[in-house]
Order: sequence, then structure tokens, then C-alpha cells
Amino acid sequence: MSAETVTAAAAEPPAFGAAGPAARHYEILPKTPPAGDAGSGLLEVSMGPHHPSTHGVFRMDVVLDGERVVKLKPVFGYLHRNHEKIAEGTTYLSSMPYTDRLDYFCSLTNNWAYALAVEKLAGLEVPERAEFIRVITAELTRLQNHVCLIGFLLQDMGALGTPLMYAFREREKILDLFESLTGARMMCNYMRFGGCRVDLPEGWLEAAKTVVEEYPRFLDEFERFLGGNEILLARTQGVGALPKELAVNAGVTGPMLRASGVNYDIRKVDLYGIYDRFDFKVPLGERGDVFDRYMIRVLEMRESLKILSRALADIPSGPIIDPKAKLRGFRPKPGEAYGRIEAPKGELGFYLISDGSPNPYRYRVRPPSFINLTILEDMCLNHLVADVVIILGSVDIVLGEVDR
Amino acid sequence: MIALDRIKTQLEATVPGARLEIVPNDSPSGQRSLLVDCAHAAAVAERLRDDPDLRLDYASNVTGVDWPEAELSEKVKIKRVVEGVESEVEEIRKTLRPGCLEAVYHLYSMEKKHGPVILRMRTENRTDKARLPSLTAVWRACEFQEREIYDLYGILFDGHPDLRRILMWDGFQDHPMRKDYVEPDDYEYEPTPHDEVLERAKGHHSREAAT
Amino acid sequence: MLGEGILKGMAETARNFVGSYVSKDRLVTVQYPEERLPLKEATRQFPFLVYDGDDWQKGLRCVACQICEKECPPKCIYIEKSKDKKPDYIGKPQLYPATFDIDLSVCMSCQICVEVCPFDAIKMDTEYELSTDDRFGGLLSHKEQLAKSNGHYHQIHPTEAAEVDGHLAAEKTRLEAKAKAAGEAKARAKASPAALGPIR
Repeated sequence: MSAETVTAAAAEPPAFGAAGPAARHYEILPKTPPAGDAGSGLLEVSMGPHHPSTHGVFRMDVVLDGERVVKLKPVFGYLHRNHEKIAEGTTYLSSMPYTDRLDYFCSLTNNWAYALAVEKLAGLEVPERAEFIRVITAELTRLQNHVCLIGFLLQDMGALGTPLMYAFREREKILDLFESLTGARMMCNYMRFGGCRVDLPEGWLEAAKTVVEEYPRFLDEFERFLGGNEILLARTQGVGALPKELAVNAGVTGPMLRASGVNYDIRKVDLYGIYDRFDFKVPLGERGDVFDRYMIRVLEMRESLKILSRALADIPSGPIIDPKAKLRGFRPKPGEAYGRIEAPKGELGFYLISDGSPNPYRYRVRPPSFINLTILEDMCLNHLVADVVIILGSVDIVLGEVDR
Repeated sequence: MIALDRIKTQLEATVPGARLEIVPNDSPSGQRSLLVDCAHAAAVAERLRDDPDLRLDYASNVTGVDWPEAELSEKVKIKRVVEGVESEVEEIRKTLRPGCLEAVYHLYSMEKKHGPVILRMRTENRTDKARLPSLTAVWRACEFQEREIYDLYGILFDGHPDLRRILMWDGFQDHPMRKDYVEPDDYEYEPTPHDEVLERAKGHHSREAAT
Repeated sequence: MLGEGILKGMAETARNFVGSYVSKDRLVTVQYPEERLPLKEATRQFPFLVYDGDDWQKGLRCVACQICEKECPPKCIYIEKSKDKKPDYIGKPQLYPATFDIDLSVCMSCQICVEVCPFDAIKMDTEYELSTDDRFGGLLSHKEQLAKSNGHYHQIHPTEAAEVDGHLAAEKTRLEAKAKAAGEAKARAKASPAALGPIR
């Protein structure tokens, strides 16, 4: 908007850029010019945003030398809803349904991360039964997320949807459990500050135990189905390797980090909730290529089943929510807190600054998918275009989280 | 985990000239942060990453905060002569806190499994001196997150390899997360029955029809 | 042998394919809209207003306190209070909503309005086939469309409705007992000689 139109509209309600560009003396830095100019022999291709394999509205500007990738810049922001600004305008409780929609596959872990950050900020304590329910729902979320990822990865490789449909068949059982507990399959809005919203209904524990007991049979079937598949092995082994030091420095977390061989699982490091009571292993990879990331997820599903069977057996009875927690008129004391959990995709953290009012002063989501994309370029250099699709699939991004 | 006070004294000893300050945090979380001045921030960051006891090799969260100019009023007890008798009177003293933009870094250690150490950097003002040094050379994780802070807050990072907008589109002119950001009224909205959005949209269309 | 992994995978697929003719848990497709899956009890779709009895205007539980309007995250509820009062289920005169609109295209089914309502007046419905071809007015529900009877509530969420009825009845008996005790105390105070005033 030029200066003339700003002064002309001065009498009307403030339009966008109300302070005017003259008030801010900064330059907007120019975009890096594309490398595929005439004569260089390089081809610049824009993969996306309307693309069936990019896991959402995601674009990659790829510069190719023949079929080999020379440069890759991810471009996103197509799903940016400015969730952080919305949260500054509403109360703490009202942001909870919006957190469901960040990583829309794993809404219960998003809810838990936010509830954890607010509990740190306000000093609330969670009763034991609520902690057990949180662990059970989080591990069920991890199961269905990993199985979905494997399905989508194989679809990107050209398996045309059969593994995906088998994965979804199992995922439906877990979503049915969520629906009978929270009321919605995906947008659960279940955690509250200091506990959970409602208690487990009649028969839920038995239904959950049945799902958990039948799941290993499905995983075995899946491994027989895919484990020795030559196409899978040829396309994923050695592709997109990520060295350890680069992964740590680039802030990569989650299964992608552990596939590169770094032993960092926030469930074991921070011991948030009651994870110190469960005995589970953290699988690590060796080379950090796509095959390692795929196998890590399969192994993590088996570890989650161990946690689940233990938690379902040990869950005590008791209250569901901290009696000090207030639903309306919740005003934490001024201060700040950063709370993080091991979401299925990586480290999901919430940074909250409160100034004593019912709305947060600053609300920040630390999205794992966004930060895992930092080294997408490094992983894809000198690979073929078809490998770029598979490497992106193994990073496991969900655009709701990348863009917020 | 080494206490923040000891980290501060160690850094002041090893990085000459660095001005560090501990920012208190009154909430039950107790996570205090270290305010660092812009000139020595890169040296401090490298020291935090390479120090053998700390080994903070993982920058988990890089975020921006907008502190606009605010008038702080506090009740102060001063001695004043009232009606011939010197007594203690409560007076409200107003101070103007200058506006600034801030970048906050949450650092953890993957090797030693401890953390967080929170680092803060503040700009001089919100208009023309909104520049901070980039820590992307120290931790690669800051690359996209500093771009996001530039996009949404307008802080320019010196030394960043590729500072462009990341979430908003390239031609966008403003910085949406600032507290004084005014939303445009000419974006297409679904009118909801009671919202002021509907009034603004109607007003905009009638203005457009008139011109 | 090259291709052995692929052949094993194909054997699994064949087992699933043939098995879908034979066993129920392999045939997972539901032929919607001819067949529908039964809904769970806790399912929530969009809100509705509960009324007791037969007359929806007289029995509407909502007293237009506007708490749900304030707490709704996307602000999809619009309430206008009435000017007169009508008696509620205990007989106390309360305001009622003259207008109660919910914009279903904005509502995100988060259930916060249900949680904060102090009068159990708004609950979640399970109706999901609400598509219409009128973009702006078709998804705006007014009081008449939103008001559904307590019997309907019992049908869709039996355990919840039984609990709500239980505590509303308990509240009513408690208030009646309190009113009766207050009335008896007043009657006793009138009948006693001290009520006649000091002896002049």
C-alpha cells in the first residue's frame, strides 16, 4: 500500500498497515534469485502445493541437474492460520480446541503438551488416575500416528494404497476408542488444566485391552507383508542419510533423530507425567536413512504396546482433575513457562507468557514438523526426484503443525 | 544441572565484555532466563555450546516477543510533609517502559540430557533499530525459526543465511504478530451473524462501490 | 530368490481378499448411505437447547446468562435477552433468550459451551447430516430449530441425561426443603408471643 492511499483513508476506520510503511524503517530483503536461468542447464521445478505426495499444502522449489537435486528450498505457509495470535485474543481454555487442529492426526498429544505447559505456569497438580489416562491416550495416539505414517510412506513409494488401507483399518479401532471416550474421533479437546475432562465410560478399559491385545497380530501381519519387500528395501536403504551431529545441531527430534543414532527421548529425559514407572526401550537406528526411520517407527509401536498393556492393568481409581483448577476465570500469575512432551512426531513444546490476565500474553507452539524440515535440503542433495518424495514422507510432516 | 547464577559468572569470566543479566520469573515454573547484549551474543552462544560441562548443543525453541511501550504504575511509599507532619504517604509513580522486541532461545543438551537454559536478546526499539545477531551459525535449528520471527515480528537478524518471509507470502507488508497489527478489512470472510467482521466487510464493500 | 518378499506380500493381500468373503473383521467397508455405523454414546456434533415438558417455549431451560456466548472459542453463539421473565423448573421467574442463534458453519463442536453452562440448558446433538445448499442462511440455526426435548436428550445420551435429571431433581428438592423450612420458621416466629412486640 503506497503512502498516498494511507493518507487518503485516514478519515475511515484503520485499514491494513495503519501505521503506514513510513513508520517502520526496515528494508525487505530480496528473495534469493532462482538458479535455473537460461544457459546454466539447470531446471527449476516447483513441486506442490497441489501435489498428492507432499502431505498437505507444501511446496518445494527444487533445482535439478538432470534428475539429481542441486538445491531445494521448502516453501510453506499455505495453511497459516496465525493460531498464536488467536490464542492471544481468547482465554487459556478456549485455545484448547485450537491445539487439536495443530497436528490433526495426534490431537490428544497436542492437548497434553498444552495442558502441561499451563500446569507448569500455574502450578497445578494432576491426580494419578488422570496421569494414567493421559499416558494411555498418548500411546494410543502414537500407535495410530506411526501406522498412518507407514501407510502414507508406502503410498508415496507407489504401493497404491493397500498398506494405507490396512493401516486405516487398525486406526479405526483406535479412533472408535477415542470417540467413546471424548466424543470426537480426531478433534478430541479432552485434556484440561489439572487433569482430564471426563472419566472413562463403562467398558472402555475392556475395549482398549482388546485393541491392545490384537494389535501385535496386525503388526506381525504388516511385517510379513512389507518387511522383505524388495522394492521397499531398494528404495529406502541408503537414501536420505542424516549424520548424527547435523541432526543434533539442526534441532531434529523424535523418531527422525533416533534413527540417526542419538538417544534422546523426552519421555526418558524429562520423565514428565508418570513415564518413570514404565519399562520400555528406546529403539535407535544406525545410518539415519529412510529405512531406519521406517523401522524405528515399527519398533516404537511395539514399545508403545508394552507401555499400554502395563498402564491398562495398573490404572487406579480416583479423581480426574485437580480440585484447585478453575474452568472459568482462570488467571495464572504473571510469569512464563515452557512445557514439552514427546509427541509422535518429535518434541512438541508450548511457551507461555502470562501477565495475570485471562488471556495469554505470548503463546508459542514449538512445532516438531517445522523444525525437522530445516535439514530437508541437506538430506535431499544429490538424490533423484523420486527419492525427494520418499525422504519428505519419512520426515513425517503435518502441515497443520508446520504452518500453525 | 548447573545453576543459572554459576553459568552467568562463568560466562562473564570467559567472554570478556559480555553484559549478562538474570531475568526473574515469579510463576511456579521458576524458569529464569539470561539476558545477553547483542554484541557478545554469538560468543556467549558458542561458549554455551562448547563448554564441556554444559554442552548445550540443541536449540529447542526460538521465539519472538513483542513488548510495546507501556506505562507502568507502581505504588511507592515516600516520606512527605503533609499538614506540617512528616508521614509516609503512598504515591503512584508512573514510569514509561520503552518498547522493544525480544528473541528468546530455549537451549537443551542432548549429550548431557539437561536443560533448559533460556537466553534472551532485546532490540533497542520497535521501529528502526530492530536488529539482532543471528545464532544460526551456532545452532542450525535457528534457521527457520529466526525467519519466522522476522516474518511475524520484523526483527532483522544479521548474519542469517537466507532471511525471507516464511509463513506469510512474499509481497506481504506488515508483521502480523505485533501487538499493534491491524487486520485488513478486505479479506474474504464468511459473515457470521453477530460479528463486527460483518460490519467491516459491509463498510468495505460500500466504500468500494462508492469509489 | 529375487522377488520372494513381494510374493510373500502378495500372499498376505490374497489372504485378506479371500478372507473378506469369509470373516466379518476382514470386511470393513460400510456401504454408506444404505448402511450406517451405530454412533457411540458420547458422540458430539452440534449443540442443541434442552426443554422440559411439551411446550418448548415454556420449558426451555436456557436463562440467557450468556456464559456460553462468552466462552465459545470461535464466537458462533449470538444471544439476545428477553425483556420479560418466565418461571423456570423450580418456579422462579427467569429471563429467557429472545434470540439464540448458532452459526453451524463456524461451530467447531468443541463442547466448551456445554461444560460451562450452569443450567444444563445446552447439550450436544448427534445429527451430522446437515448439508444444505444455502451458503449463508442455511447453516444458521435459530432457537426454534435448536430447541429439542429432554426426551430426545435421553434418547441420544442416556447416561448423561439420567445424571442431569438426577441432579436437577436433587436441586429442586433441596430448594423446596429450604423454602419449606424458611416458611415454617416464619410461621413459628409469627405465632410466638415475642412477635407481638415489647410490652408497652
